[in-house]
Amino acid sequence: MNAILDWAIHFATLCFALAMVFGTVRLIIGPTAPDRVLALDAVYINGMLGALVLGIRFGTTVYFDIALLIGLFGFVGATAMAKFLLRGEVIEP
Amino acid sequence: MRRLTGRILLPLALLVAWLLLNDTLSFGQVLLGALFAMLISLAIRQLRPLAAQPHRLHLLFGLLWHVLLDIIRSNIAVAAVILGANRQQPNVGFITIPLDMRDPHGLAMLAVILTATPGTVWTDLSPDTNKLTLHVLDLKDEAGWIRLIKDRYERPLMEIFE
Amino acid sequence: MNGTELSPWIALPAAALLITGGLLGLLGALGLLRLSGFYARIHAPTLGNTLGAGCVLIASILVSSAIAERPVVHEVLITLCVILSSPVTAMLLMRAAIYRDR
Repeated sequence: MNAILDWAIHFATLCFALAMVFGTVRLIIGPTAPDRVLALDAVYINGMLGALVLGIRFGTTVYFDIALLIGLFGFVGATAMAKFLLRGEVIEP
Repeated sequence: MRRLTGRILLPLALLVAWLLLNDTLSFGQVLLGALFAMLISLAIRQLRPLAAQPHRLHLLFGLLWHVLLDIIRSNIAVAAVILGANRQQPNVGFITIPLDMRDPHGLAMLAVILTATPGTVWTDLSPDTNKLTLHVLDLKDEAGWIRLIKDRYERPLMEIFE
Repeated sequence: MNGTELSPWIALPAAALLITGGLLGLLGALGLLRLSGFYARIHAPTLGNTLGAGCVLIASILVSSAIAERPVVHEVLITLCVILSSPVTAMLLMRAAIYRDR
């Protein structure tokens, strides 16, 4: 049974890594600034999910904290950049 | 009763988040989490201009169940659109929906529900006419979308928050 | 898996959920590449953000509960964070794109 789970873990890791590659391509080719921010957000989320899959693979809870931090920083970063694109300012007085 | 539920929900949610973060149910952590939850909700009351007055919270479970089903259904629909994208690009478009709900907490929850469901993104709400602009990935049946949102989401949210 | 043999009742659903989650994340990123125009692309990553994240997190809960032999549910916190935070980014980006197109 564990062979199937191992295979599924490898497959999911591959999927998320490939998804990060696709996101990076979109991040580079653009064409508009909101596209790049959207791609960065997608890369963050897929990286977070990849960290969780690694946590399942190695059976430790350390990856949980890593995933939580990636998720929070991704949210703050993407939201700050979206706000900057909207107004030209992140924190308005 | 209504004021009490509105006041106890935030500390309760903070306590649950603290216990989940520590992954424990030991007495000391419950006490510490309760202390933090009280202090944070006291401090945050200055920042929240108006308190939510949710009631009939049992309706929330039915609503969340509907949201889960719709998320699964629209995941499949959006996946089909993406896979067929090299034959035919989707027909994107904006639709305008007149809303009856005025409560800001209900509107916030409607915005999160609609945006979290793949295929729709909340775009704008005009404050004077209360009309919602929604962006839809695969726009075919405009009246169907309006009916779906008003019956399935707006009515239970109005019953909960107003 | 550090040597412990999981029962098939845990391993099979976890494997199915992981495969579904991986495929959904991949499809979301593929949509980011294949759809034309920002307004169509903004819908694509929602796939991985909602159901993809949910599938991986449920699989994680199943496996870590089976390894620790007690319910481990702290992954729920990540689900809540992702589901509550990704719509906010999407809404802000949508408004930013509309504002810049005008």
